[in-house]
Amino acid sequence: MYFDLTDEQQAIKSTARDFLAARYKSERIRELAESENGFEQSDWDEMAELGWPGLALPEEWGGQGLGIVDLAVLFEEMGYALAPSPLLSNTVAGLALSLCGSDDQRERFLAPLAAGELRGTPALRDAGSPGTVGEFTMEARADGDRVVLDGEKVLVMDAGTADFFLVATSDGRRHLVGRDATGVTVTPSTSIDLTRRLYAVRFDGVRVPAADSLPADREDYFQAFDRVCVAIAAESTGIAQRTMEMAVEYAKDRQQFGRPIGSYQAVSHRCAQMLLETENARSAVYGAAWAADAAPESLPTAASMAKAYASDAGWRVPDASIQVHGGIGFTWEHDLHFFLKRGKANASMFGDARWHRDRVADAVLAEAAEPVPA
Amino acid sequence: MDLSLSPSEREFRDEVRTWIEENHPGPEPSGSLEEVMTFRREWQRKMHEAGWAGISWPKEYGGRGATLIEQAIFVGEASRLEAPSPANVLGLAMGGPVVIAHGTEEQKARYLEPILTGEEIWCQGFSEPESGSDLASLKTRAVKDGDEWVVTGQKVWTTFAQYAKWCMLVARTDPDAPKHKGLTYFLMDMEQEGVEAKPLVQITGEGEFNEVFIEEARIPDANVVGGVGNGWTVAITTLMNERAGLAFGAIAQIANGLKRLNRLAAETRINGHTAAEDPVIRQRIAQLYIEAETMRLNAYRGLTKTMQSGIPGPEGSLGKWQWADINQRMAELALDIEGAYAPLARGDEHAVAGGAWQYSFLRTRANSIEGGTTDILRNIIAERVLGLPKMR
Repeated sequence: MYFDLTDEQQAIKSTARDFLAARYKSERIRELAESENGFEQSDWDEMAELGWPGLALPEEWGGQGLGIVDLAVLFEEMGYALAPSPLLSNTVAGLALSLCGSDDQRERFLAPLAAGELRGTPALRDAGSPGTVGEFTMEARADGDRVVLDGEKVLVMDAGTADFFLVATSDGRRHLVGRDATGVTVTPSTSIDLTRRLYAVRFDGVRVPAADSLPADREDYFQAFDRVCVAIAAESTGIAQRTMEMAVEYAKDRQQFGRPIGSYQAVSHRCAQMLLETENARSAVYGAAWAADAAPESLPTAASMAKAYASDAGWRVPDASIQVHGGIGFTWEHDLHFFLKRGKANASMFGDARWHRDRVADAVLAEAAEPVPA
Repeated sequence: MDLSLSPSEREFRDEVRTWIEENHPGPEPSGSLEEVMTFRREWQRKMHEAGWAGISWPKEYGGRGATLIEQAIFVGEASRLEAPSPANVLGLAMGGPVVIAHGTEEQKARYLEPILTGEEIWCQGFSEPESGSDLASLKTRAVKDGDEWVVTGQKVWTTFAQYAKWCMLVARTDPDAPKHKGLTYFLMDMEQEGVEAKPLVQITGEGEFNEVFIEEARIPDANVVGGVGNGWTVAITTLMNERAGLAFGAIAQIANGLKRLNRLAAETRINGHTAAEDPVIRQRIAQLYIEAETMRLNAYRGLTKTMQSGIPGPEGSLGKWQWADINQRMAELALDIEGAYAPLARGDEHAVAGGAWQYSFLRTRANSIEGGTTDILRNIIAERVLGLPKMR
């Protein structure tokens, strides 16, 4: 039993911390928030050089072959820095292809994705659908040995700059579609989260050759889904950590009634609550990340626990930090709102807290029949 | 990172598990506290014979010299299997470790063995009616008289005072010194004139704790532990020991409680379906499981950190806070599931689950008060972990 990062993982953490802190200062995040694509190609190229797009992908396909714990370390830092980057969308696409693609598809899409040369993103949620996790309404209409797609996907991350989409259909399958394919129209969406771009993508009679439909079934994608949940939960943990630190620093400096406000228990207890939620989120994240790497049978419940808890902490802690800051925290000029917005957006992605708690309830209530000591 | 037990840790766990299963005396008697104590003395005797009493104590003092992870495993297994508590729980968890850390050779030779066997029960005389969270303000006075100290004052929340031979007493020996400096740690013989224990009746109707009235009681100078004026430092060691040992037992108790809650939800019908099918109840059950898991994982992280640095950090305060919170919400949810039956208590033929959750609902109110209130724990976290300025 040893619950701490290894030296190698510490190295990933400090490399990421330094790299991201140097690039994503407040002014830069604001510039990117107002830019067309929401990130800078040169930053992506540097991340690719560090091997981040392929961090947790198999070496066979050009990845670094590291585990989900390592991925969580990286994403905690991405959240801490509030890095505007298509790394998450590419991580989702990479994990899905790695776990559910054919060798031919991995050759054509995964290897260049791991190298950072090709970018992909999942297109899951159907416009107007209630959006239950794993259920889709777009039909995969057969036309000879191909599939024809009609419909609109929403909440597609980084679609404006992605090279390909992994489009989910009602049969539970995924299909590889290029952004430049005939019949594809990409429209930017307006999101509260200005540091991650979302788009609506229309598919009008888009023809997908058989070779571009993934062989896996609906259930297989939960393998990727659970790992993605851990990564997003890690990012939200980083958001919580950073905004807690901001609150604590402010509470030490800011004077009212002749004393630092952090000496008042109404403020200091709020900060203690932020620490509790941040540490709990971190424990849940690394517990689930470890399960992904070493005890996969316990991953689904562990991932849902992590995603549920970090979904809440990821916006509640920035919110509490805004309250500690008072009026200045409510201004556009202060950076806190960017963290709050990312945290809230993260909470809604890949199953919200309510959905994940319901999944945990399914798992734990199934154990109700097991004997307990009298 | 490795959250599984190593082969040797697993072997240790199996050894503990087998021993407890083979020797488990069954549930504690439901009769008088007297019967319960007899039962626990017998259980401690068995533990001692098999070498499980004083598991954290060094071997040279009759303990097992177990590693931190082994202690965690033992406490976790004992709680999971609902083994009884040993009779002298305060002596084992606090008294012994303090004598080992701060006591003289004579004190070690005199006190340690009877703690292990359960022959002499220990109690703790720290809190006073006017000194709860602000422990260092305590007023019980000890005045030197030849080679003895004469003690007068009042202690409160003293568990097992009525059975105890020895009291870990902190008293003020120098009223002129700053409040943390004027205290001394004594071992006071409870069996003397001038010491009187009276049970305090709690909101559960039980008398688990006592008030102890001390009127010119006498303590030989040889019973000072850690030197005159060092009482605060010695007392803090005791409290650290208490905190460190409890976490893994608490985690296993919560796990058992959650299983019972699950069963209650599966067996109780509300609005035409079982409580386990009710979306709101399901959310609350899941949230409790999630928080119990974060508490468990925090404790493992804390254990790793303690193994690296040698001392438990103030982060342990998070676990105690969380423990109180989860226990309280678990009992609250159980009563919500019971709905209209919630008032029916132990002894009533219509009470759900024998009234166990009603008792738990009441008893857990104290969880955020005993052993450091949650409000004080938040202060500790704010000041010692986050480095926020002191409120004073």
